[in-house]
Amino acid sequence: MTAYLKLDHIDKSFARGGAVTEVLKEVSLDIAKGEYISIIGHSGCGKSTLLNIVAGLTQASAGGVILEGRQVDSPGPDRAVVFQNHSLLPWLSVYDNVRLAVDKVFSGTKSRAERNDWTLHNLDLVQMAHARDRRPSEISGGMKQRVGIARALAMEPKVLLLDEPFGALDALTRAHLQDSVMQIHAALGNTVIMITHDVDEAVLLSDRIVMMTNGPSARIGEVLDVRLPRPRRRLELVTDPAYLVCREAVLKFLYERHRFVEAA
Amino acid sequence: MSITALKSEAVVSPSTPKGASAPAKGAEIVRLAPSRPTPRTNRFAGYAHRVSVAVVPPLVVLLALLGIWELLCSGSGATLPPPSTIWQESYDLIVNPFFVNGSQDIGLGWRVLVSLQRVAIGFGLAAVAGILLGVIVGQSVWAMRGLDPIFQVLRTVPPLAWLPIALAAFRDSNPSAIFVIFITAIWPVIINTAVGVRNIPQDYRNVAKVLRLNPLEFFVKIMLPSAAPYIFTGLRIGVGLSWLAIVAAEMLTGGVGIGFFIWDAWNSSRLSDIIVALVYIGVVGFILDRLVAGIGAFVTRGTAAA
Repeated sequence: MTAYLKLDHIDKSFARGGAVTEVLKEVSLDIAKGEYISIIGHSGCGKSTLLNIVAGLTQASAGGVILEGRQVDSPGPDRAVVFQNHSLLPWLSVYDNVRLAVDKVFSGTKSRAERNDWTLHNLDLVQMAHARDRRPSEISGGMKQRVGIARALAMEPKVLLLDEPFGALDALTRAHLQDSVMQIHAALGNTVIMITHDVDEAVLLSDRIVMMTNGPSARIGEVLDVRLPRPRRRLELVTDPAYLVCREAVLKFLYERHRFVEAA
Repeated sequence: MSITALKSEAVVSPSTPKGASAPAKGAEIVRLAPSRPTPRTNRFAGYAHRVSVAVVPPLVVLLALLGIWELLCSGSGATLPPPSTIWQESYDLIVNPFFVNGSQDIGLGWRVLVSLQRVAIGFGLAAVAGILLGVIVGQSVWAMRGLDPIFQVLRTVPPLAWLPIALAAFRDSNPSAIFVIFITAIWPVIINTAVGVRNIPQDYRNVAKVLRLNPLEFFVKIMLPSAAPYIFTGLRIGVGLSWLAIVAAEMLTGGVGIGFFIWDAWNSSRLSDIIVALVYIGVVGFILDRLVAGIGAFVTRGTAAA
C-alpha cells in the first residue's frame, strides 16, 4: 500500500560557518488521506523545520516528501500553510486576503462570481464573514488566525499544514478555534499535519500523535494512535479513560524519557 | 438643556438626606443630565483649541522675528532692507503672484509653476527609476554587491557638479536642469526602496511562495505595499532635495524659473525681490514636503497600523 503523503527518510542539517548542525535524522512517516496528525516535541526539536520541508519552504538535505506518488520539493497551494503568526497581509481587508489566494488558485477554473462566492463561503466556514471588510489590524488575534485558516482552506489543499496555529492565543480563544478546526476537519475530511506543544490539544484533535525526540538530530521517538471516537467533545473527554491513557503516554514521553535539557 | 439640568438638580437634592439609597440615585441623575451637551461644545472648543495651538505660537514667533529684523535693518548703515521697505518696493510681487506685464515681467506664481514643472518631470522620472533600481538592489544580493558601492559614491556628488556634464550632453538648458533634478532625487529613493524590499518579512515571502505568485504579482501585491513606508520616506527626501537643486540649477541655466529670477534680481540689485522669492521658495518646498508625506500616510495607512 502506498501512503497518501509519505515523508521518506528526511535528514536536515544546517551549515553555519564551518559547523554543521544536524536537525532532523531519518524522519519517515506514512500518512493516510483524511488523517489528522499532530507533531509534538520540545522547542528546538525541528518540528517547524519538518513542517517547512513538507511545505516546500525548506529543502531536505536527504530524503524527501511524496504526495500522491509524486515528489514535492517546492511550495505550492496543494500544501497550504497556516502560519503561527497568521501572516495576513496588513494592507488587505479580510476578504481580500482570502480572495488573493482564491484568485491565484482558481483563476483558470472558476468565474469571477464563483471566486467571490467561494471566498465568502470559506469566511463563513470560520465564522468570519461579518468582518470581511476589516483590516487585520482591526481584528483580534483569534480572528486573524481564523482568517489564516480560511485562506488556507480556500486553496482546497491536499494537505493542510498548521504551524502551532493556536500558540499565540489565550486558552478560551484557543478552545473555540480547536472546536472550529475539528468541525471543519469532520466536514471536509482534510489531511492535516499540525505542529503543537500542547498535549491536550494534540490528544483532542489528532488521529495519531508523532512524538519527536530532542534535537540535535531529532527523530520520531514514538507514534501514538489516538483511538477516540469522533465527534469528540472536550467536556466528555476529560473523564474518558482512553483519553487519559493517551494523555499520560504523551506526557510520559515528553517529561520522563525525553526530558528537555535546557542548554545553559 | 442646562436649565432643565439645574432644575432637576434643585428638585432632587432636597430628597437626598432621606434614605441611604437616595443619594446615589440623585447623584446619578445630576451627573448624567449636564453631561449630554458637553461633548458638542467640547468638540468645537477642542477644534478651536487645536487650531490655535498650531497657529498661534508660530505667528507670535514670526511677528517677533519681523520686529527684530525691522529694528536691526532700520539703521543708516544697514546693508539689507527691513520688512517695511520690502513691503513698499515689492508690493506687486507680494500681493499678486499671477500678473503678466510682458515676457520677462511676470508674477512669482508663474515662475514657481515653471520650476515646479521641471521638478515634476525630473522627480517623476527619478521616482520611477529609483523604485525599480531600488527593488533590484534590494532583491538581488549580487546587484547590491555590484551597485551599492557605486551608488554610495555617486550620491555624494553635489547636484550642481552634474550640470556642466548635463549641458554638454543635452546642449540645452531645460533638459539639463531636469537631469540635475533627476540625479539629485534618485539616490534617496533607490536606497530607501532597497532597504524596504530587504525588510519584507519572511512570512509575506512564504505566503507568496505557497500561493506561487509570479514575480510581477509578487512585485505588485506584496513588495510595493510592504515597502511603501520606506519608499515614501525616500520620495519625501527626494522631493526636498530636488527643490533645493532646481533653484541652484536655474540660477545657472537661466530661463523663466524662480531660481533665475533670484539671479536676475541680484544682478539688478533688487534685494527686496530676492527676499520675497525666498519666502515663495520656502513655502512651496514646505507644501511639496507635506504633499508627499500626506500621500505616503494615505497610501501606507494599512501597513503602518500592522
